[in-house]
Amino acid sequence: MSHGMSARPLPGRTLLLVLYFVFTLAPIYWMVHMSLRTNEAITSTFAWLPESLSFASYARIFTDPAWYDGYINSIAYVALNTVLSVGVALPAAYAFSRYSFLGDRHLFFWLLTNRMTPPAVFLLPFFQLYTAIGLMDTHLAVALAHMVFNVPLAVWILEGFMRGVPREIDETAYIDGYSFPRFFVRIFLPLMKAGVGVTAFFCFMFSWVELLLARTLTSVNAKPIAATMTRTVSAAGMDWGTLAAAGVLTLLPGALVIYFVRHYIAKGFAMGRV
Amino acid sequence: MSIVKPVNQRAWWLVLPVLVSVAFSAVIPLMTVVNYSVQDILGPNQSVFVGMEWYKEVLRDHELHGALVRQLTFSGAVLLIELPLGVALALAMPTSGWRASLTLVVFAMPLLVPWNVVGTIWQIFARGDIGLLGYALTQLGIDYNYSQHPADAWLTVLIMDVWHWTSLVALLAYAGLRAIPHTYYQAAGIDGASRWAVFRYIQLPKLRSVFMIAVLLRFMDSFMIYTEPFVLTGGGPGTATTFLSQYLTQKAVGQFDLGPAAAFSLVYFLIILLACFVLYNFMKEVGTGDVQ
Amino acid sequence: MARIQLVDVAHSYDARAGAAIRSGATPSWALEPVTMSWDDGGAYALLGPSGCGKTTLLNIISGLVRPSRGSVLFDDHAVTALPPEARNIAQVFQFPIVYETMTLFDNLAFPLRNRGWRAAEIRKRVHEIAGILELDADLGRRAHGLSAEIKQRISLGRGLVRPDVAAVLLDEPLTVIDPQVKWLLRRKLKQIHQQLGLSLIYVTHDQTEALTFADRVVVMTHGEIAQIGTPDELFETPAHQFVGHFIGSPGMNFLECEWHAGTARVGGVALESSSTTAPGTHQSLSMGIRPEYVQVRQAHGANCLPARVLSVRDEGIRAMVELEIAGHSIWARLRAGPRLPAIGTAFAHFPVERCALYADGRRVA
Repeated sequence: MSHGMSARPLPGRTLLLVLYFVFTLAPIYWMVHMSLRTNEAITSTFAWLPESLSFASYARIFTDPAWYDGYINSIAYVALNTVLSVGVALPAAYAFSRYSFLGDRHLFFWLLTNRMTPPAVFLLPFFQLYTAIGLMDTHLAVALAHMVFNVPLAVWILEGFMRGVPREIDETAYIDGYSFPRFFVRIFLPLMKAGVGVTAFFCFMFSWVELLLARTLTSVNAKPIAATMTRTVSAAGMDWGTLAAAGVLTLLPGALVIYFVRHYIAKGFAMGRV
Repeated sequence: MSIVKPVNQRAWWLVLPVLVSVAFSAVIPLMTVVNYSVQDILGPNQSVFVGMEWYKEVLRDHELHGALVRQLTFSGAVLLIELPLGVALALAMPTSGWRASLTLVVFAMPLLVPWNVVGTIWQIFARGDIGLLGYALTQLGIDYNYSQHPADAWLTVLIMDVWHWTSLVALLAYAGLRAIPHTYYQAAGIDGASRWAVFRYIQLPKLRSVFMIAVLLRFMDSFMIYTEPFVLTGGGPGTATTFLSQYLTQKAVGQFDLGPAAAFSLVYFLIILLACFVLYNFMKEVGTGDVQ
Repeated sequence: MARIQLVDVAHSYDARAGAAIRSGATPSWALEPVTMSWDDGGAYALLGPSGCGKTTLLNIISGLVRPSRGSVLFDDHAVTALPPEARNIAQVFQFPIVYETMTLFDNLAFPLRNRGWRAAEIRKRVHEIAGILELDADLGRRAHGLSAEIKQRISLGRGLVRPDVAAVLLDEPLTVIDPQVKWLLRRKLKQIHQQLGLSLIYVTHDQTEALTFADRVVVMTHGEIAQIGTPDELFETPAHQFVGHFIGSPGMNFLECEWHAGTARVGGVALESSSTTAPGTHQSLSMGIRPEYVQVRQAHGANCLPARVLSVRDEGIRAMVELEIAGHSIWARLRAGPRLPAIGTAFAHFPVERCALYADGRRVA
């Protein structure tokens, strides 16, 4: 039982949180609401609760083999991208936070500039490039392509958290005889769990919602949910119900991811024994 | 006896993977775009070098100026709302237990919805006749119609963005706060610090790096925003909500003119680059935090 | 200045400890029940290996941890329920904690400003403390980017700046300080102790730090206090085998022995020691002697054991000799000189007053 003062809560925090919860969940509720009604019902009448539960939209999705294949494909390249992006970013972020070297400040800022163009600009060149090296329609292609915007983000966020770890910890570890890889994995990373957790989640999220590149670089084998998400306008008009149902279903993997990294994000640390 | 980062050129090895994975995919398309921007493409294999022609035309374009002003206003409003709100939320979020897990999952949801679905849902959500928000507002007697009143359209697009992206700021700030060791709070307690002093002298400085990322990210992404407002309002009514990205796409796709579109792309990129550069250096100068 | 007392204080980090205590059962203690008092103005060290409970004990005194059981008294006032800021203590942590956006002056002034002091008084006091800590030249500097040693001095200063501070509690404060400048801070602490007369309680796992810094050392192991004494007492008469091992470099030698016909015997050879009473029933019995007191002779004599010299290492002003006695490996530290023993058979002489018996780890009187 600790007397030690942790961050004392803000007055009114519960009210703010509750209001924000309502604000955040209202459109989500509406999306679920829409997924359980027919298109005619959605576009004609208002109802607080669906007048009758119609699972037709979900049925349409589940009976479409392209859908669950797409689901798996999406999860595959997003997971691959997250691992690659974070893996590549960790040593770079360490270098930026601990050392100074030729061109480091310019390089750091240049990384961010890769996020300053809409992915649409990369469309044609990527298409040509991946066709040339035979990676078209693979999960790897999309995972690599998404690294363009995820790696700079990962490096920037991780560097910020690494700067917050006192350099004395590195030095103490070396004096105690740790090799660099061991020190990095056993001492350093645990001290910035929050940074790694939030970075992994953001890489996952940005890759998951990127539809343009994902759709362009794949055709059959690695076709992601992007195809289904954008294929909802038919001759009969916009297929609201299916789109809403698809939207609800795309929430699930991300919700699981953040649930699994919650300990990384939420656990702080007391400067424990080093 | 200041601490300065030791110089170590071998650190380049640590940075190499990042360089390789990002460099070639950024340089090549950029070269392509630069190439297009200085040519008048008349046909599949016919093009004439026109130098700075397109750039001049782009910079003289009045509609572009309009779109730029609208864009700047939008991005400014976005930053002014989302940043303080996100930080306030981060301070309010529970730190452990099932409450923390629930909060994290709920906060993650708006971020996980594909952007076209965001626009689509809000399209219905904000309609006065069949949407939850619109219906509620009209029931309260407010005259609200986002497809006809520019002010309503603006507000709706803005609120939609706040709904979509504030969580990002909140999650970043939350992680930043969690990374502050308990020992700081213990020491501050012994020093008799007030809640405000703890925020000002411990939390805020430690949040600086995270805050800078949040500012740059939100500025960039809001400046490039395309899908959500396009799906929601189509840029309307009229050109009320036509921001820069949409204007660019209209020009490129609608007019099939790659030259001016390429030039526009580069100008667009340079504006963002300049703004971010200024913001970045400004934030580094102000205050200290852990910047070396 | 305050006299600190702990009355039947015990602590368990186990979440179910409270229930166990109420039902009369014994939870797993991180800190075993202890009753002791700390003299006003003393310099104490809490010494022990990692996990022995010394930081828990320190945090109970400072108020960062509320003990599962027992009460803490400052000058006979119960403070168990009070948080640290109400207890007139200052605590310096393993990692220097400074407010990086403030200047040094503001850092030191912070606790006083929070207590509503007037500006003129604050200035006087800050300069006074800064002078003692040799920080006065840098008062205008930003606290960001300074070395760990200076930052620890600032942390210390923030504690000392309050005149009502009774005790300064230090939790391994030299851990992240550069080895070459550790002595600076150590010297500073001693100076402060003499000048201001505050109680200092210093947690460390480094025996050199503890023995050179403190008047009295509290040696702990596995949540228990093994011995409290002056550095001399701990060195000469360790009450526990653990203390004998832990203190000294190398630690005390221990030889297994048996109690037979009124004397202790090592390998059958009778040995007298400073333990004059007979050990009660015991499961293990050892003879303990410090390497500094073992003498190596060529001829048998009183209180001698046959030994074999395994190695002799000349280390300049002294020599470390490794002996084998009755199957045990013993170290002797001899003065260097021309008459060092040679490898081979010899006799180890144990001065009677320098060796003692330990039954089940406890010293026999």
